[in-house]
Amino acid sequence: MKRDFGVVVIGGGHAGAEAAHAAARLGVPTALVTLRRDGIGVMSCNPAIGGLGKGHLVREVDALDGLMGRVADRAGIQFRLLNRRKGPAVQGPRAQADRRLYREAMQAELAATAGLTVIEGEASDLLMEAGRVAGVVLADGAEIRAGAVVLTTGTFLRGVIHIGDVSRPGGRMGDRPSVRLAERIEALGLPLGRLKTGTPPRLDGRSIDWQAIERQPGDDEPAMFSFLHDRPFVRQVACGITHTNERTHEIITANLARSAMYGGHIAGVGPRYCPSIEDKVVRFADKASHQVFLEPEGLDDPTVYPNGISTSLPAEVQEAYVRSIRGLEQAVITQPGYAIEYDYVDPRALRPTLELREAEALFLAGQINGTTGYEEAAAQGLVAGLNAALKVLGRESVIFSRTESYIGVMIDDLVTRGVTEPYRMFTSRAEFRLSLRADNADQRLTPLGIGLGCVGEPRRRAFLAKAEALAAGRARLEAASFTARQLAAEGARVGVDGPRRNGFEALGLPEATFEMLERLDPTLADIDAATRAQLARDALYASYLERQAEDAAAMRREEGQAIPADFDYGTLSGLSHELRSKLERARPASLAQAARLEGMTPAALTLILARIKAGERRRA
Amino acid sequence: MDTIFAPATARGRAGLAVVRISGPAAWEAVAALGARLPPARRAALRRLRDRAGEPLDEALVLLFEAGASFTGERVAELHLHGSPATLSAVLRALSAIPGLRPAEAGEFTRRALENGRLDLAQVEGLADLIDAETEAQRRQALRVLEGALGRKAEDWRARLIRAAALIEATIDFAEEEVPSDVAPEVLAILDGLIPELRAEAEGAVAAERIRDGYEVAIVGAPNAGKSTLLNALAGREAAITSAVAGTTRDVIEVRMDLAGLPVTILDTAGLRETDDAVETIGVARARARAEAADLRVFLLGGEGEALGLAPRPGDIVVQGKADLGGAEGFAVSGKTGEGLAELTRRIVAELEPRAARAATATRARHRLAIAKAAGAMESARLEVSRGPGRAEIAAEELRTAIRALDSLTGRIDVEHLLDEIFASFCIGK
Repeated sequence: MKRDFGVVVIGGGHAGAEAAHAAARLGVPTALVTLRRDGIGVMSCNPAIGGLGKGHLVREVDALDGLMGRVADRAGIQFRLLNRRKGPAVQGPRAQADRRLYREAMQAELAATAGLTVIEGEASDLLMEAGRVAGVVLADGAEIRAGAVVLTTGTFLRGVIHIGDVSRPGGRMGDRPSVRLAERIEALGLPLGRLKTGTPPRLDGRSIDWQAIERQPGDDEPAMFSFLHDRPFVRQVACGITHTNERTHEIITANLARSAMYGGHIAGVGPRYCPSIEDKVVRFADKASHQVFLEPEGLDDPTVYPNGISTSLPAEVQEAYVRSIRGLEQAVITQPGYAIEYDYVDPRALRPTLELREAEALFLAGQINGTTGYEEAAAQGLVAGLNAALKVLGRESVIFSRTESYIGVMIDDLVTRGVTEPYRMFTSRAEFRLSLRADNADQRLTPLGIGLGCVGEPRRRAFLAKAEALAAGRARLEAASFTARQLAAEGARVGVDGPRRNGFEALGLPEATFEMLERLDPTLADIDAATRAQLARDALYASYLERQAEDAAAMRREEGQAIPADFDYGTLSGLSHELRSKLERARPASLAQAARLEGMTPAALTLILARIKAGERRRA
Repeated sequence: MDTIFAPATARGRAGLAVVRISGPAAWEAVAALGARLPPARRAALRRLRDRAGEPLDEALVLLFEAGASFTGERVAELHLHGSPATLSAVLRALSAIPGLRPAEAGEFTRRALENGRLDLAQVEGLADLIDAETEAQRRQALRVLEGALGRKAEDWRARLIRAAALIEATIDFAEEEVPSDVAPEVLAILDGLIPELRAEAEGAVAAERIRDGYEVAIVGAPNAGKSTLLNALAGREAAITSAVAGTTRDVIEVRMDLAGLPVTILDTAGLRETDDAVETIGVARARARAEAADLRVFLLGGEGEALGLAPRPGDIVVQGKADLGGAEGFAVSGKTGEGLAELTRRIVAELEPRAARAATATRARHRLAIAKAAGAMESARLEVSRGPGRAEIAAEELRTAIRALDSLTGRIDVEHLLDEIFASFCIGK
């Protein structure tokens, strides 16, 4: 059997689904190869999407008409906007998702996507032609030819699962690792590292004493992920919160030697922000108690995910410590917690398009690049899928800027600095945090998506209408003018002797509200609530954005200055030996990437720029 | 685009100092110094004044239009009388103008390059120029960081990381078990830092002893005749303008005018391994000072060999105690004066082509950076006191402070903050 596609995506996880959908949106015939069709969109870790930084990524994927936001909204059973009491720049949407609904919605989206074919099978090898990837070979011998391949195989590279002192090879629980494909990847000679991550035991919710447990309901006014949605699709539920106690910690301490991590069975580096319960008890010995969130896995599924007690202790110890926790005295473990160790590809081997530098037309996305989290995976899938399709179409690739998106921040962090632990997004990673907000992801990225052609007609129309309302509202605000005395009298925090301000400036003052302006200028009354809210968020940070505009422009200039792949640092006089070897190792793709290397000096950047310009002129 | 300025002439014997200003506000800057603007490309004599209206200098002012200047931007040149005091006063006055800042090493060149103002030959010749600037900047930074300011900056760094990490923890880990109100600790840190920075910026702490000119270190094993040589240089060839004990008692500095060049000669402790704790510290400091100097004179012939320091290109290696005879090659004697004139000639020949380090400019840059950081910290303080609802704005102000100080404290990025957060709080659901 022989079939031809433009793009083939291997893996049906969060990166794979997003990559395949993105490639198909650009009109490229795409195949998604996965072991089992019903495994597409499985949430293998906690049943939640979004959060701080991560919620930003989901909104950005949505703004480009990706899947994750839409699907999470359909599956969401408890929505909370984190940091609701802080400013909009650091608010992050989050939702508990019904696993089954999520999976089904994802599979339905893919099935309904024109030009996308799901192929059940094991990708066992890559077709290589003259150093370039030309397709995929399946375990049954079938060859699928393609112009580009996106590999999103998660933890399958030398994955090992540990439960206490028992270990066995495997990807996530229940999946077998693809040995031959792993060998092919290894044969490419890519730089590999080793990481680990863990999960908690899963509990049967029917065995939990919910009366003894504090409940955490969702928000009264739930904030959706997708810009196209305004309310949840299914019944909403609450989560529970309980705590470990000294008895729990005693049990864990007494059994530390039997933990895979503490027993010396695991060499990989785990994330500092998601430590196992063993880690917490050892490193923070003075804390008598740790929070445990009891997250329901679905409306019709009794399984509960106890977030906060991931572990690699033997199953019977897991049962003992779980049952020492209030409300869980009778809890039944339906699946023990485990740790998984796996190889990742050092993402510094990637271009900012997520194409491997050393293997043309092969793109990597998701956990294989050393990241963690569904959202990080989905965002990479989107970038890889778009760029794979653009490559097949012979169009210019799309590179996301740090100044415009969290996607850009993440990709740049990965390909420039690599990872030392599973990479997770935080808002503090974004230097332009005040402008890269979850609420304006569409304003930032949907126009780019429209330009690329990856945004469908319904979203395009909705966005243009919204943008028009915002522009009109802003113009009207800017045409209005108020004295400081007027504004102060209405309660804005401003000195009465200050200058006159237009309505938009006035809206940015502390304590200023749209209603206040409306009292001063009743003609503003017909601006609708959503537009008002968005204008207020834009106005709040306007003075900071102005201050940052110059930094952002400078960064964009540096991002725009490509450094040729064959740039010879060896003959560049004036570089310190240390900087030269750093540059030779890192091979930055742009001046901006070079600038982010540790120890880089402005003078050295000028030297590099001078060489590039000289080269350009010689060719001209 | 910022408007930048810097002295364009090396300091030394020149009777003239040229300050170059480039950027959109370059002409306005001249006007801000109280000078009527001459037509472009026509030099005119103007009296410059500072903000208080005090006269700074009678200077020749020359303006260039955008597109017709070295950098391609609007440029102004001020040709001043060469006294270091005048130059510092003018640089200080320029720093006080909003939108202006001192240029980084190579920055004029960078702008010229980006605006396509350099031809191929010029571009290719740049490497050496930037190399020299970089090296000068590196040595200058070393010197500052060796000193009292460096120790302070390190301490500021730790406190800034702590304050920023506390705020970031409440933002990025709001769901975790981090204290929801970090304001008291952050305010305490800022209340401690702000007055220290203000004092430093205003020069109230005058411990720093950085001067214009070149530094030449005499290094060698103990008893190589270093001190005798220093005295001879000072006594015969130079006018001693000051002789004070160094920042450590093990480095003696003598400032002199060597054939017209402002030079500080450092007499360092003899370099050798020792069991004596005090001497060990002295030797380490001597080594560090000598590393940071513009030029090293290696005096051979001491007891044992000098340790841990190798001559760099341009350094002078000379046999000491020529009066004892038997030396091969170039030799000097502090005692008899033999070879002194030749040594002076070699030192001057080596230094003259190099740009003198602009300690005043560096100090001005630091002062400005510290003042900017203090200002941002004051804003951060205000935002923190307004409550957790403004956390992201407080964090933004702290970032501004951190960026302003990074030439002093070293770059602080998100990884440092995350290290602090994960070390302090048990994060992880």
